[in-house]
Amino acid sequence: MTTGDRSSHGATLLDESIIRSTLDAALRRGGSFAEIFVEDRRSSSAYLDDGKVEELTSGHDRGAGVRVVVGETTGFAHTADLSPEGLSAAADAAAAAARGGGGGVRAVALTRRPTHNASTVRISPSEVAKARKVELLQRADHAARASGPAIRQVAANYGDSRRRILVANSDGLLAEDQVVRTMFSVSVVASGDTGMQTGRESAGHTVGFELFDTYQVEQLATHAAERALTKLRARPAPSGSMPVVVGPGGGGVLFHEACGHGLEADLIAKSASVFGGRRGEMVASPLVTLIDDGTMAGEWGCFGIDDEGHPAARNVLIQDGVLTDYMWDHLRARKEGRPTSSNGRRQSYQHLPMVRMSNTVIANGAEDPADIIASTKRGVYVAQLGGGQVNTATGDFVFGMLEAYLIEDGKITEPLREGNLIGNGPQVLGDIDALGNDFAMGHPGTCGKDGQGVPVGDGTPTLRVTAMTIGGTAA
Amino acid sequence: MSADEGLVGIASRLLDRARPGEQVEVYASRGSSTSVRAYNGEIEAFTQAGSAGIGVRVVIDGRQGFASAGSLDLDVVALLLDDARDNASFAQPDEANGLAVPKGPTRHPLDLWCADVVERDADWKIAQAIALEAQVRAADPRIVGVRAASYSDSIGERAIVSNMGVEVHDRGTFASLSVSALAKDQSGTTTGAGATYGRSTHDLDANVAAIDAVRRATQCLGATKPPTMRLAIVLEPRMAATMFGLIGGMLSASAVLKGRSLFAGRIGEQIASPLLTLVDDPTDVRSFGADSHDGEGLVCRRVSLLDAGVLGGYLHNTYTARRMGTTTTASAARGARSTPGVGAAALQVVPGSGALEDLLASVELGLFVTSMSGLHSGVNAVSGDFSVGVEGMMIRGGALAEPIREATLGSTLPRLLTGICAVGADLEWQPSGTGSVSLVIAEVTLSGS
Repeated sequence: MTTGDRSSHGATLLDESIIRSTLDAALRRGGSFAEIFVEDRRSSSAYLDDGKVEELTSGHDRGAGVRVVVGETTGFAHTADLSPEGLSAAADAAAAAARGGGGGVRAVALTRRPTHNASTVRISPSEVAKARKVELLQRADHAARASGPAIRQVAANYGDSRRRILVANSDGLLAEDQVVRTMFSVSVVASGDTGMQTGRESAGHTVGFELFDTYQVEQLATHAAERALTKLRARPAPSGSMPVVVGPGGGGVLFHEACGHGLEADLIAKSASVFGGRRGEMVASPLVTLIDDGTMAGEWGCFGIDDEGHPAARNVLIQDGVLTDYMWDHLRARKEGRPTSSNGRRQSYQHLPMVRMSNTVIANGAEDPADIIASTKRGVYVAQLGGGQVNTATGDFVFGMLEAYLIEDGKITEPLREGNLIGNGPQVLGDIDALGNDFAMGHPGTCGKDGQGVPVGDGTPTLRVTAMTIGGTAA
Repeated sequence: MSADEGLVGIASRLLDRARPGEQVEVYASRGSSTSVRAYNGEIEAFTQAGSAGIGVRVVIDGRQGFASAGSLDLDVVALLLDDARDNASFAQPDEANGLAVPKGPTRHPLDLWCADVVERDADWKIAQAIALEAQVRAADPRIVGVRAASYSDSIGERAIVSNMGVEVHDRGTFASLSVSALAKDQSGTTTGAGATYGRSTHDLDANVAAIDAVRRATQCLGATKPPTMRLAIVLEPRMAATMFGLIGGMLSASAVLKGRSLFAGRIGEQIASPLLTLVDDPTDVRSFGADSHDGEGLVCRRVSLLDAGVLGGYLHNTYTARRMGTTTTASAARGARSTPGVGAAALQVVPGSGALEDLLASVELGLFVTSMSGLHSGVNAVSGDFSVGVEGMMIRGGALAEPIREATLGSTLPRLLTGICAVGADLEWQPSGTGSVSLVIAEVTLSGS
């Protein structure tokens, strides 16, 4: 499964003759573009909670989405019925929805693109005995509980999926891809005089079961337990504005929210981003080089082709503080007369693609991270960020701190309880005054936009923002 | 899948294959939806879709296994029972595992179906979305754009059958119009969203959505970052519903059993302001969460959670009730693709007195909250820590004053509950199913510059 050999995937998802007839049906009433997206997704999971393996589940989804573009209008229909009749009905529905005029038959010549798997899968999770997956859960449970008597509850989750897609369109594109994802997470509750606290740790990559050669579940469990235990002696976060140092791998969410979404071309086109019309301008500290890279083998947001059939790409969005480009999908790029940047993604065949990030990273800086902390008089050190949210129109964004400490006189001191930080994207980008040389990838994430979730990765070195507002929770 | 075969029939066929000693439950659902998105006076996207799901749950000797698929095709469905059996063989036995057993009287199902949703043609739906966009664009010179104006509807049906005596079939409809507006002046750009919902398209009122979106987008123009301070907050029903949703989750017996709820072991205690009475009542058809049956096929009922601030009980499904030696409250929450959890379906606050204006007038120094962000990252239902990003308008001397942004509110969920000092009379049904009112909560930290 490591090469481009299609036979190793089994048969193609859909015969070319059916693809062609579906595209023909979709364009029967006219239209400048038609596309069929076929998906087959199998998943399995195992869940342990409260000391016992609660359940194993398995899921199977398959279906197709057909879209037709006529002028400014996109018609879209999806179906779980992959028979020629089912697909023809979906194509008719999409064509009718696009309300095309004119019509006429247009022959589509398909050129099958070579498949190249972005990540290497050594051990296919579907060939691993379920008993081995269950054993991982139990090992994590034992390790977390062994971290101390204050650990009161442990939940562990194993999950794998194999997603196969096929995309064909009236431009003649025909491409297939397969992405395998394997993940493991541990959530712990610790209890003490100060109440209950939680800790979480996770690992996930676009690899197979060999994920567990790299990650020891005991180590993940111990980290999660330590986070919860540390917070038992934490004080509520302070309120107000102060310098914030974000540890390696932790800052990805910050950039994802501070500027990532604001660089998505669909939001730019609708004047819903503070970064509209600013290409070529200095939008960040000169320390910042921001890259969205779908090709990073093994990373959570990696793929061979995007959900519009285009090979994953590495796109520099901000170079030394200067905004170089936005992220594009097929529709937006076509309107601008430029190539897509391979950022067209969708949650499933039931969704229209839109501009989405893949792996969003900040290139390494030059400073010793220890110096960055030592030169911070008073501030907050965030070792692990939680999720975030942004209003792209105003640029205001929040992100949670799951593991954070006070910095006093250049030293990391007391742990802090959870809370949100808030800042304004353009402001924060300019306020980055230190960048470490310790780049690391962060945790596997799911990015939500307009109700669609897609897997994304991120990574950063240690960095400092001169001022952000901390949302304290003290009474 | 035969198009006209009943869902109960499709689901029941799997039961015939149950082996002696096996409990088997099948949850099957299917539906269709339409969505029209208008932009710049044109239809940007029109989506028509059908979807289906089926989940099979097996309990054998106290071990539970589950398998699901997003298709009712025979070849896919045929594999599920064996898959679920295989999964069960790797789970640990738990004597509380087991399917629901219907007891007591069945009730005439609620009528949650409005045929007009099915009968509306595409042109009508398109016209709604385009008109809404035009209305918002024309409403105020400061409105410079609309990110999207959408009409959406969905119809769905669901069957749950088991060899323990469950056989139910329910169906429902839903329609909505929503719009997200962009406003701009020399101070910058702001956004505001508005929506209108109903089981019937006749319940939709585009004016409500348009006025709400325009008000929310324009009222925060010129907002600045406030200084850090302690103040009272006023939450309109939409914002208060978010808080009640969090509380509902903490009152799930599943969270209690697993040591993840601050309210474990506190039945009979005062955990909230005496002004707050909270029920979960899926039998009230005014709620969009109304349902005849829960996710295990049991008849839904009204459950009292907080009575004048005193904790009355938790929400249960069959499993948690067995574990805690009580009866289920028929609060199993799930879809076809997952096993039953526990959750509130139709939370409802018993209204107090006074309109939102009266509540605002009662506050000397406070914040009228118009938007909260980062609920998933800054609120921890286990520890109770509560920290969210906010936008809103200051309240000074009982009147709305300057708008603020880029600030956070901080407290804990228990302090927010006990800090409620006024409950409005303005019951408003949210699309989540929650019937919510305006609230005033004292002593919250606003963090700014």
